[in-house]
Amino acid sequence: MIKFLLKGLVRDRHRSLFPILIIAGGVGLSVLLYCYIQGFGSDLIRTNAIYDTGHVKIMTQAYKKIADQLPNDLALANSDQLVQELQNKYPEMEWSQRIKLGGLLDIPDEKGETKEQGPVQGIGMDLLNSNKNINRFNLHKALVEGNLPDKQGEILITKEFANNLNVKPGHTATLISNAADGSMAIYNFEISGIIQFGVSFLDKNTILVDIQDLRSALNMYNSAGEILGYFPGNFNAEKANRITADFNQEYSEEGDEFSPVMVTLRDQNGLDQMLSMINAESFIIIGIFIFVMSLVLWNTGLMSGIRRYGEIGVRLAIGESKTDVYVSLLWEGLLIGVAGTIVGNILGLAFSYYLQEVGIDVSGMMQDSSALMSTVLRARITTPAYFIGFIPGLLATFLGNAISGIGIVNRETAQLFKELER
Amino acid sequence: MAIIETVGIAKRYPMGKRKFTALRDIDLKIEKGEFTGIVGPSGSGKTTLLNIIGALDHPSEGSATVLGKKVESLSHKDAARLRNQRLGFIFQTYNLLPVYTVYENVELPLLLLKMNKEKRRELVETALKRVGILDKIDSKPAQLSGGERQRVSVARAMVKEPDLVLADEPTANLDVANSHNILNMMLELNRELETTFLFATHDEKVMRYLRRQITLTDGRITEDIEKEPEPVSPEEV
Repeated sequence: MIKFLLKGLVRDRHRSLFPILIIAGGVGLSVLLYCYIQGFGSDLIRTNAIYDTGHVKIMTQAYKKIADQLPNDLALANSDQLVQELQNKYPEMEWSQRIKLGGLLDIPDEKGETKEQGPVQGIGMDLLNSNKNINRFNLHKALVEGNLPDKQGEILITKEFANNLNVKPGHTATLISNAADGSMAIYNFEISGIIQFGVSFLDKNTILVDIQDLRSALNMYNSAGEILGYFPGNFNAEKANRITADFNQEYSEEGDEFSPVMVTLRDQNGLDQMLSMINAESFIIIGIFIFVMSLVLWNTGLMSGIRRYGEIGVRLAIGESKTDVYVSLLWEGLLIGVAGTIVGNILGLAFSYYLQEVGIDVSGMMQDSSALMSTVLRARITTPAYFIGFIPGLLATFLGNAISGIGIVNRETAQLFKELER
Repeated sequence: MAIIETVGIAKRYPMGKRKFTALRDIDLKIEKGEFTGIVGPSGSGKTTLLNIIGALDHPSEGSATVLGKKVESLSHKDAARLRNQRLGFIFQTYNLLPVYTVYENVELPLLLLKMNKEKRRELVETALKRVGILDKIDSKPAQLSGGERQRVSVARAMVKEPDLVLADEPTANLDVANSHNILNMMLELNRELETTFLFATHDEKVMRYLRRQITLTDGRITEDIEKEPEPVSPEEV
């Protein structure tokens, strides 16, 4: 009998192919949406961590209060020694000193007169002694023209900024900014290469400078505005909190605004709130999606059941018991649900994998964005992504068949029998 | 020996606040091997009586004993078992399952009886041979004419060689020639296998073949006559 019912199921496209396609579509979309939201959150963390916040960040307490103003006069003193201590104390982490600045970038002509000029945001970090920051910023891939700096006095400039200033690798650029001691800093660099991050906010007007050059330019010898710490893999909130508490207990002194303080990624840029919001939104969006899909799939189950009044009437008339008919409807729902969910999961995961590995470039839509967000839409496949589709896929079809089945089976047999004649 | 016996059967359906009486005071005995029709106009209660006899419905009053079982006290499961093992149904609209072949449609009652494959094949082929449609064994219902579909429906009802076949307006959707062919075939099966046939019909063609004709009017038996069947031969058709 099972073989007989399976045969019918396979041959009747209204009962098998169409519900499977609907379920697969719904499940695929649920999985893709889930992975996209995960990818969005994870991309937000990754982008912020690389360019701005690290997984943890150390600043002076005073710097932390007005960090948005890039107050290099409040930078960490003796930062080289502090990094050495950090490497000994927390060997599992990588530490990177940074100096951030704002100012003007002036492009002189042959006579040394200003040819072009524009506001600039600069990031100073170690570019010459190790490849860590080069790899972290993925600079080999980001380089679109010229070379990475290989000696002091060379900088990288973003493509959009270079186009606006009409400069090429080999040209000279003069940085005009505030030094840490309050004086005016003017420093000449040579542009070694042009880069593109794929992050709209950074691509506008950024230069990357080796930290030793910036220390010279801004009179910040053996100091850094920030020290960023990175875990070898992804951000680990629990570990970050533990290290932060440990560090602050040892180094941070209340009342001494020049003592260092460590904060985690989530404590910066409103990321904690944003990540909580993403989490909540992802649950709400997925919840709504699953609810809607469940209604659609339930309806499919009902429609499929109603279409089969005739068949069920004949089966009851021929002598199949109501219980057996009902159980067979449940099995059918389960089989269709499993098949649709598997197909949907494969489709959803395949699209998610594409988004994870390749992504979709939306830089054209984010030209005016000042958010530190990637301009490539990405998804992230996490373990729950393999299972989340089963909620709408299985539950909805099973419930749909169960409820429609009750309606059919509880109908008076004679009534069902009468409906056969219509 | 009576295989159907009803005593004082009544059937009422709720209709708004009132109740509509479809059958009243039905006393009936049908013996094994009869070729009997319940006739009457639409709404006279024919199908309701057939449903009660087929254990598809319960009477509101009275008692119906079919093949030794009291229909009113049967559970759903027992009623299903009775239909499965001893009754066959023929419907006005054939009700063949469209996704299955002729063979599979006729095989269905045997699957419910949990017969082995060889036995099923033997019985299905015999039934299809009897109704003269063995050559269509692998066809789907959509590939058959109306007459052929009703033949398959008869084969499905007869394949397990039931004691009683209940046929509700079996010729209503057939043309004259096919109607006579089907009725001749049923008459032959009745003679050959001694299967009891009970029709619900208002078709004059069917009435010609009946040996006993029970007339229902407004839910009551108003006439119960025995007569000689007057089949129409294929040549006459």
